[in-house]
Amino acid sequence: MTEPAAPHRNPVIRVRDLSVGLVHGSHRPVVDRVGFEIAPGETVCVVGESGSGKSVTAFSIMGLLQTNALRPTGGEILLGDEDLLRAAPERLRHLRSTRMSMVFQEPMTALNPVEKVGRQIEEVLLLHSRMGPAERRQRTLAMLETVHLPDPERIYESFPHQLSGGQRQRVVICIALILEPDLLIADEPTTALDVTTQQQILTLIREMQERQNTAVLFITHDMGVVADIADRVVVMKDGRVVEVSDKERILRAPTHDYTRMLISSVPSLVPELREPLRTEPVLTVEGLHKTFRKKRFLRPASEVRAVQDVSLTLQRKEILGVVGQSGSGKSTVARCIVGLEEPSAGEIVICGERLDRAGTAARRQMRRRIQMVFQDPYRSLNPRVRIGRSMIEGPTNFGVATEAAMERAGELMALVGLPTSALDRYPHQFSGGQRQRICVARALMLEPAVLVADEAVSALDVSVQEQVLELLDEIREETGVGILFITHDLRVAARICDSIFVMNHGRVVEHGPAEHVLARPEQAYTQKLFEAAPGRHWDFRNFRPIEGNSA
Amino acid sequence: MLSYVLKRVLSSVPVMIVVAVVIFALLRLTPGDPAAVLAGNDATAEQLAKIRESLELDEPILVQLLTWFRNLLAGDLGESLLSGIPVVRMIGERVGPTLALAAGTISVTILVAIPMGIVAARRPGGVLDRMVMALSVLGFSVPIFVTGYVLIYLFALKLGWLPVQGYRPPGDGLWSFAQRLILPVLALSGVYVALVARITRSSIIEVLGEDYIRTARAKGAPERRILLRHALRNAAVPIVTIIGIGIASLITGVVVTESVFNLPGLGRLVVEAVLARDYPVIQGLILLFSFTYILINLVVDILYTVFDPRIRY
Repeated sequence: MTEPAAPHRNPVIRVRDLSVGLVHGSHRPVVDRVGFEIAPGETVCVVGESGSGKSVTAFSIMGLLQTNALRPTGGEILLGDEDLLRAAPERLRHLRSTRMSMVFQEPMTALNPVEKVGRQIEEVLLLHSRMGPAERRQRTLAMLETVHLPDPERIYESFPHQLSGGQRQRVVICIALILEPDLLIADEPTTALDVTTQQQILTLIREMQERQNTAVLFITHDMGVVADIADRVVVMKDGRVVEVSDKERILRAPTHDYTRMLISSVPSLVPELREPLRTEPVLTVEGLHKTFRKKRFLRPASEVRAVQDVSLTLQRKEILGVVGQSGSGKSTVARCIVGLEEPSAGEIVICGERLDRAGTAARRQMRRRIQMVFQDPYRSLNPRVRIGRSMIEGPTNFGVATEAAMERAGELMALVGLPTSALDRYPHQFSGGQRQRICVARALMLEPAVLVADEAVSALDVSVQEQVLELLDEIREETGVGILFITHDLRVAARICDSIFVMNHGRVVEHGPAEHVLARPEQAYTQKLFEAAPGRHWDFRNFRPIEGNSA
Repeated sequence: MLSYVLKRVLSSVPVMIVVAVVIFALLRLTPGDPAAVLAGNDATAEQLAKIRESLELDEPILVQLLTWFRNLLAGDLGESLLSGIPVVRMIGERVGPTLALAAGTISVTILVAIPMGIVAARRPGGVLDRMVMALSVLGFSVPIFVTGYVLIYLFALKLGWLPVQGYRPPGDGLWSFAQRLILPVLALSGVYVALVARITRSSIIEVLGEDYIRTARAKGAPERRILLRHALRNAAVPIVTIIGIGIASLITGVVVTESVFNLPGLGRLVVEAVLARDYPVIQGLILLFSFTYILINLVVDILYTVFDPRIRY
C-alpha cells in the first residue's frame, strides 16, 4: 500500500442496510438498516448507549453473532467486494485474523487462562500461515516488541493471570494485528481499563493503524474517546443510525437531538465554583491504615498495604470525592468506613461516636447512620423480592413498624422520581438508571448521616448518569446527608464533588476543594491522571474546543 | 510447582496418621474385652490368651499404639483370626482382580464419557445431546447387579461370546484374563460413564460461553480446535474432580460387581471378612481403602495445577 488512503474512494468495508433480528420472538429488528463505510487508515467511531445495537453490528461483520439468538435479516456487508453475509462459514473463518480482526472489551477474560500468552498469539500464525515453529516464535516475539511489551521472552512464557489488564489488552492487540488485517474492530477496548492505561492503549491502536494502514471500527460509549481518536462518527440509537458525520461536525454542530443530548451530557472536567460549606462534620477518619495479610507456606506472610494513613472529614451536605485508579485503595477506605473491613489502625468517628471502640450492639446502631450505594444496580437488588420489601428491610430490622416503613418508602420513591406503585414491582421491571435510584432511596430509608457511593454511576449510560448525579445533588440539599463519592472518573468528580481526595498506592496524594484539585492540580500524579482523561481538550457542554489549552 | 506438590504430599501425612489412629481405636474402644470380641462366642481360654498376647492387650494403651504404628511401618497388619495368614499377604493375593477391574472401569469411563460429553456439548438440545442425556439417565438409574446379570444373560448365556464369571490372572494368558474382565468392567462403568459424560457436557457448555472462546473464534480457529484445545482443558477441573470422586466410590461398586461375577478380589474379601467378623482383616482393608482415598485426592489436587496454572494454594 504505497498510495495514501483516500477516504470514501476505496473503502475496506461497506455496510449497507444491515438488519439483524432475533431468531425467536419479536419482529422488531435489533439492528435496523444500518449503513457506513470505512476507508484504509480511517477511524470510524460507533457511539451509542447500551442497547443501541453497536456491538451487534460489529459481531455481524465478524460473523460472530450467537446464531441461536440473532440472525442477519437483510442488507450486505462488503469486505472488499465480498459479501460477508453470504460467505460460507469456512470462508469467514479464513477471513478472520487475516482480513479482519477484533479486540474486545474485557482484557481480563478475553485470553484463554490455561495457555501461555505466546502460544495464543502463535495460534493465529499456525491457523493462517505456513510458518514453521521457529519462525512463528520469532514473529510472535517481534510482535510483542512492536506493542511495547517489556521483556517479550518473559511475556511469551507468561499465563494471562500473570499480566496486568493493560498488558493483556496489548496481547489481544497482538493477536488481532499480527497478520496485518485490513479492518480492526475494537469493541469498547478501553472501557475496563484505568485512564492512564486507556490512553496508552489508544495511542498503541493509533500507532499500529498508521503502521499497517488499518481501517478501524471503534465502538465506544465515551465521547471523550471519540473526541480523541475519531475521523468520522456513527451515532446509533435503538438499532438505527441517527447521524453519520465527520468528528468535528458531530462535536460542534450535531444535527440530531439525540446526538446533542449525548454530547452535552458529558460532564465537564472543569468543576463549577462552589460555595465552601460551613456545616458540622458527620464523618471523621483519622490515620486509617488497612493491611491485608496472606499466610504462605514456609515463607513469611505476604502483606498488601491497601490503605496507608488516610485522614478525611466529611461535612453535612458535602459531597466528598475519592478518586484514583484501580488498586489505589479507594474502595478499601469505603469498606472500612461502612464496617465491611476491619481497619488495621486509625479511628473512624461517625456523628461524634468512635466506630472502632463501639461494641457489637452500638455498632449495629451506628450502621443506621451510614449507608451504601453500590456500583452495579443490576446485582445489588434481590431479584426475587419486591422493591417495597427490599426498601423496608433496613427500618424493620431496627424495629420500625411495617406500615410506617412502607409509608416512608413511598415518600422516598417520590423523592427519587418514581411512582409509589414501583414498590409492588420486581427489580427486573426497571431500567439500570431506575434501579440505581431505587438503591439510593433504599439507602436513605434509615435516614443516614453519611451515604457512601462506590462507583455508583460508573455502570450507567451518560444520559442516565446525569440523572442519578442530579438526584444525589438534590438529596444532599434536602436531607443534609454527607456523601462520600468514590469514582475513577474525573468528569463525574468535577460535576458533583465539593472537595476531592486523590489516592494512589493507598495514600492520599492530594486533596482540597474540587476547583483547586481539578483546575490547578499540584501533584504530578494528579496531573498525570488529568492529562490521561480522554477528550480533555473539548468542552462538550458548549460544543467547542477548550480555549487556551495546549493540545 | 514442586513446592506445591511437596506441600500437598506433606499435608497428607497427618491425615494418614489420624486415619491409622482411628482404625486402631475402633477395636480398642469397643466395650468389653477386645480379645473376647475378636475371638467370638465359643472361644477357649487358650485362644483368648493367645489373642491377648498377640495384640499386647495387657500393655498400656500408648504402648499398644506405638506397637501398632511400628507394625504398620514394617508392613505388618496382623494375622487373620480364621486362617492365621498375615493380612498383608491376604490383601496381596486378592488385590489383582480388583486393580484390574478398577483400572478397566476408569479407562472405559474416560475413553467413552469424555467424547460423549464433548459431542453432546457441541449442540445442546440437538439429537446427539438428547441421546447422550438419555443414555446417562439410564446409566444412573439401573443398579450394577441388574446391568451385570443382563450382560451375563446376553453375552455369556445367549450369545456365548464371553465366559459367565470367574477370573484368570494375566500370567495365564492375556486373552483369557481380558475375556473375563470385559463384562464386569462394562457393568461397573455404566454409572461412571453417565456421571462423567454429564459433567463433561455441562462443564464444556459453560466454558463455550466464555469470552476467550469468542477470541478463539475471532482468530479463525475451526470448531474442532475450539472444542478440543480451548474448551476441554478449561473444563478439566470439574471433570477431574468427578473422576476422582468416582474412583473413590468405586470401592462400593467393586463389592457388588465382584460378587455378581465371582471375582476373587478385595470386594469379596471385604464381604468374607465382615461375615466372619475377622477384625484384623477388616482393619487392614479399611486402612488400605482409606489410604487409597487419600492418595486419589492427592493426585486430583496435583492434576488441578497441571490443568489450570492459576491454581496455587
